[in-house]
Amino acid sequence: MNREILINTAYIVASILFIIGLKMLGRQATARPGNLLSGVGMLIAIVVTLLDRNVVNFTWITAGLVAGTLIGLACAYLVKMTAMPEMVALLNGFGGLASLIVGAAEFFRIRGGTVVPPDPAFTATGIYFTVLIGGVTFTGSVYAFCKLAEWLSGRPVLFRGQHLVNGLMLAATLAAGGVFVLTGDARFGLAAFGVFTVLSLVLGWTLVMPIGGGDMPVVIAMLNSLSGLAACAAGFVIRNNLLIVAGCLVGTSGVILSAIMCQAMNRSLANVLFSGFGAGPAAGAAAGAGAALTGELKPISPEDTFAVLEAARLVVFIPGYGMAVSQAQHVVRELAEVLERNGAEVRFAIHPVAGRMPGHMNVLLAEASVSYEHLVEMDAINPLMPTMDVAIVIGANDVVNPAAACDPASPIYGMPIIRAHEARTVICLKRGKGAGFSGLENQLFLLPNTRMLYGDAKGSLQGVVAEFKSLAQA
Amino acid sequence: MEIILLFFIFTLAGFLGFELIAKVPSQLHTPLMSGANAISGITIVGALIAAGADDGSWITTVLGTAAVTLAMINVIGGYLVTDRMLAMFKKKTPAAAKPEERAP
Repeated sequence: MNREILINTAYIVASILFIIGLKMLGRQATARPGNLLSGVGMLIAIVVTLLDRNVVNFTWITAGLVAGTLIGLACAYLVKMTAMPEMVALLNGFGGLASLIVGAAEFFRIRGGTVVPPDPAFTATGIYFTVLIGGVTFTGSVYAFCKLAEWLSGRPVLFRGQHLVNGLMLAATLAAGGVFVLTGDARFGLAAFGVFTVLSLVLGWTLVMPIGGGDMPVVIAMLNSLSGLAACAAGFVIRNNLLIVAGCLVGTSGVILSAIMCQAMNRSLANVLFSGFGAGPAAGAAAGAGAALTGELKPISPEDTFAVLEAARLVVFIPGYGMAVSQAQHVVRELAEVLERNGAEVRFAIHPVAGRMPGHMNVLLAEASVSYEHLVEMDAINPLMPTMDVAIVIGANDVVNPAAACDPASPIYGMPIIRAHEARTVICLKRGKGAGFSGLENQLFLLPNTRMLYGDAKGSLQGVVAEFKSLAQA
Repeated sequence: MEIILLFFIFTLAGFLGFELIAKVPSQLHTPLMSGANAISGITIVGALIAAGADDGSWITTVLGTAAVTLAMINVIGGYLVTDRMLAMFKKKTPAAAKPEERAP
């Protein structure tokens, strides 16, 4: 009994450390110690669990801990900062799968008779939810990973009757869950368990399928939330308060982040998850009908870009996913430095959903040692936009599309944007002439004050920086 | 009665979570997410119990070991990746003392 009190006291301490750690993670000055604190909480939780009287065989635990640690270390230190979205997605997936397996293991222990739950129906319900949420988290994350790593197309994949198929699958998992909880027959139970395990794995895949690359920040935040809820459900299965508290905290933080992301796009969560937004030509055509796009694309060379920037006093960079793709963050910082030496004031305007995960651009710019005093949030920069001499848009598209502000027929109408078009000159770096992820033509590119700098962002900017350097040498 | 207590804790933790993380500056969105992700590795507690139980069933041992491995990847990878990111944020911020300036 003493041992049990010790373990549970330690669990309380761990919960407190998680709570304080999360709170500290929300502020710049305390974020790093906060993360450390929450890590200490995890260490305590792991160590005291090893004291549990049910834990008697350490061979396999050691094997699992060592293997997990090595793989985790490799993940943490070998991954490039530009690959951070897919890394986070993958870690989410592992968490979800681990919870699913914990649920499955408990099911087999009960079946084998080594564990006799005081309330079988309740525990069975818990197992059902653990497997369902864990399964959806796992395959959903793997699919998101494949999209982010560009192993699969980032475009939404739609097929006729998709919602019906997903709805039927969900109904089937519910039915299987009902049988699983209520049946007294062991074979029935096993069959139902198999059915909803497989279906939840399929469901995770098909639910993420219709969501486009640009909506990935919401998906990642949602999956993060689900991985917490899966751990929480596992807590109900093994009746462990620590799992419930920690899982629930992660679940709510994920929900809050998703809500912030949706707000930044002025769309509801349901719209993001189910509308198949930006499914290609259909959306583009509808928008084309509403907005008569006028004007022409006016290309500019790196040399002329240099001439424009050389005279500029106020410059704002607006980075988007394109900066991550071409890994241009370092040369962007270099350009910012030469501009400052040239007497210009430089800012970076960050849209909340720029990139593929919440805060993506901040991470990249931090990696390139851009000090965060230079970063400005959307609401702070917009009033200053008309005073800007040059706005440099680096691989961003929808977050600067003026149609969102002035074209009611546009699918992204109402989404708050960085008002790049109000700057005196806009220079847009773009790989090619195609439309962005949403399939929308961007009116910004056609405005009289916009110049298009085509090509790989990194290469183009290196050209501009080289011009500045040759000037300095001359 | 025990079941009700579990739900009681669940509900309170939910409310606490919403209160805790209401306002986060956007440059911390990624670290917050990956830090929270690491905490979801708490499922390792369940995994350890399954892997360490000596109930003579190879299924439980195999499942438990797999779960320990996966959860440990989640824990180690999550915390270290978060720390790596936060270290970058900190590196060139001698001005960390005045973060209020960054608030929108």
